[in-house]
Amino acid sequence: MSSSRTIWLVVTLIAALWMAAAGYAIFFIAPDEATMHAIQRIFYMHVASAWTAGAAFFFVALAGLLYLIKRDPRYDWAGVAGAETALAFTTVVLVTGPIWAKPIWGIWWTWDPRLTSTFVLWLMYIAYLLIRTLVDDKQRRATLCAVYGIFAFVDVPIVFMTIRWWRGQHPSPVIAGAQPGSGLDPTMKAVLFFTWGATLALFAVLLRARYRLEAIRGLTEELRQQAEDRSPALDLEGRTSAPPQVVGRR
Amino acid sequence: MTTQPTPAATTPATYLALSGPLRLGLGIEYRNVEKRFGPVRALRPTSLEIHPGEFVALLGPNGSGKSTLLRLTAHLARPTAGTILFRGPAGYESGLAARWRLGVVGHATMLYDDLTAEENLQLFARLYQIEGAASIISARLEAAGLAERRSDLVRTFSRGMRQRLTLARALLHGPGLLLFDEPTTGLDSAGCEWLARELGSLHDSGCTIIMSTHQGGEVTALATRTISLESGRIVRDTGSTATLASPDAGRGCAPLLPSP
Amino acid sequence: MATHPELAQDRNVSAAPAISSSSDSPLWSGLWAIFAKEVRTELRTRELLVTTAVFALTVVFMFSFSFDPTSEESRHIGPGLLWIAFLFAGTLMLEPAFLREQTNDTLAALRLAPIAPSAILLGKTLANFLFLLITEVILVPVFVVFYNVSVANVLPGLALVCLLGTLGIVIPGTIFSAVTAHARMREMLLPLLLLPVLTPILIAATEATASLLSDPPEWPGMALKLLAGADIIFLTAAYFLFDSMLEE
Repeated sequence: MSSSRTIWLVVTLIAALWMAAAGYAIFFIAPDEATMHAIQRIFYMHVASAWTAGAAFFFVALAGLLYLIKRDPRYDWAGVAGAETALAFTTVVLVTGPIWAKPIWGIWWTWDPRLTSTFVLWLMYIAYLLIRTLVDDKQRRATLCAVYGIFAFVDVPIVFMTIRWWRGQHPSPVIAGAQPGSGLDPTMKAVLFFTWGATLALFAVLLRARYRLEAIRGLTEELRQQAEDRSPALDLEGRTSAPPQVVGRR
Repeated sequence: MTTQPTPAATTPATYLALSGPLRLGLGIEYRNVEKRFGPVRALRPTSLEIHPGEFVALLGPNGSGKSTLLRLTAHLARPTAGTILFRGPAGYESGLAARWRLGVVGHATMLYDDLTAEENLQLFARLYQIEGAASIISARLEAAGLAERRSDLVRTFSRGMRQRLTLARALLHGPGLLLFDEPTTGLDSAGCEWLARELGSLHDSGCTIIMSTHQGGEVTALATRTISLESGRIVRDTGSTATLASPDAGRGCAPLLPSP
Repeated sequence: MATHPELAQDRNVSAAPAISSSSDSPLWSGLWAIFAKEVRTELRTRELLVTTAVFALTVVFMFSFSFDPTSEESRHIGPGLLWIAFLFAGTLMLEPAFLREQTNDTLAALRLAPIAPSAILLGKTLANFLFLLITEVILVPVFVVFYNVSVANVLPGLALVCLLGTLGIVIPGTIFSAVTAHARMREMLLPLLLLPVLTPILIAATEATASLLSDPPEWPGMALKLLAGADIIFLTAAYFLFDSMLEE
């Protein structure tokens, strides 16, 4: 096994252990929250996923920018790997949010800036992945994805600020219960950051797996191209139009 | 569709008169130019020199790299590696400066169907910032035999007329380098003859011409140099002094359309 | 044989008298020429304007059945519906605008010309802006009639909202339409790409319009600032991305 495969096997193992450890920490180490009790524990995964999705988002935009500058398809592979992984984490955020909200606030959804911006982001990732499906030309697809990734990155702060202002215009009933990150008990903070680390490790593993898949596709294309260059095309029965090469003895 | 009679040949003198003194052709140097689209090698590292005033025919099957080479020369695509340098009468020119003196005719007409012939030429005259555009446009339309149809929409033009207008558009700014990408596609034999005559006159007036084609014929026979490409690399180059064939070889254009 | 009036007999002249400027590529002349070309084409065919205006009209009309225009609540929803109509109509209009450059590969001809690629983008953006604005000018009176609002005293504010909002729609719209020109299902892909990105435009424009139409009218300072800010950011991103977008 090559050294890079060994390293990644170790990283995957670490990520798995870390996630397990985080799970243990969430359920057994973190203190019980005063008002929300057990359901509050979902908040660790929710926030950690949100922060990881944010990092992924930046990653996708950066990959896009590098692709546009360097035109190296590997940046495009990194971009799609990042986008798919980011979509997974964003979906986790959007699902854990309502699960947490319903018992606490009695409503499934709230138009608060964070959740709404996350939903817009989720839509943008889906659009990004639709581009991959609907555009056949590899180069144009990579260019379009890169442009969209950058535009989306630039747009999300605007979305967030606009929604925050908008909700300021239409104040919702005051919600009891802590907003994430404000006045957090030190143990909770520790568990949160620990969980975040675990999700980042998971993110790295998923990213690499997806990147490898894309890279293998690309390399297969290249090999096929080289093979076609060197020998004439094979017809249906596998015969070439060139005279048969006799594998003979000297 | 009624056949429009093809106009009498534009003489070299007309091209000179219409182009101004910039008819001195551009020379091109390709230094290790390579173009890859992902894993696909459209053009392997190629070094080549084209001298001013040469008429180069690029031969090769589809996918051999002819179009790629032309697109790179026209700055429509950027090389993955290597550089392309242009040499004008005053020395090396930047790619940007070369664009002022570059004319391209592809298989698409590059004309706006919903504008008139005159409006099309006016647009490009503005983009190329040509002074005295009105008289130049009139002269070009006359040379192309389209003067009476100047106010008609391009949508109503026949294939041959569009081809003539496309050439007029490409020549509007008096280019020193002309790139033709399979210009005989879709032309009948009369159209081919016309094209051959025009190319001959352009060549005689000193313009550098690079033309890609996958068929021989009278148009290709005019070339002073033939470069054959296959799978992205040059497999044969007759060099700058050899002529391709004797004048009576390969007569006729092997038209894709039957003549009306 | 026509004689070129500016022909200099001296072959050693290296500068062409026919071309007036040096070799830097000017942005503005190319932009204006392309904008003029778009307008001229549209005046001749009127395809985009008519279909866009009729579509927006239909949407506003249909909304009136879902939300009774006479009730008080509907008058609050009105501005939102108006801007959704503009958004949909604009999105539909953007795709054909760039497709025109594909038919005869005229985009290649524009890229060959010694103009900055951004001139192509900005010329087309300006044209799309004009066309969408014309649609809005037609729609606002209809809206006024259907929803019984009075806009007479807030016209300047409304005009400003329309200007900034429309700009916010067409800038990302034009750039996305340029790159989706080669996609399958491009008519669906463009709205899917564009609408999430335009969320802030929709929110800010709707709020601004609602403030202006409320009783008494309020000046929507913050909303206008958000719109202007978004426009500037979009324009900057588009300007820097366009060159690399068209490259092969």
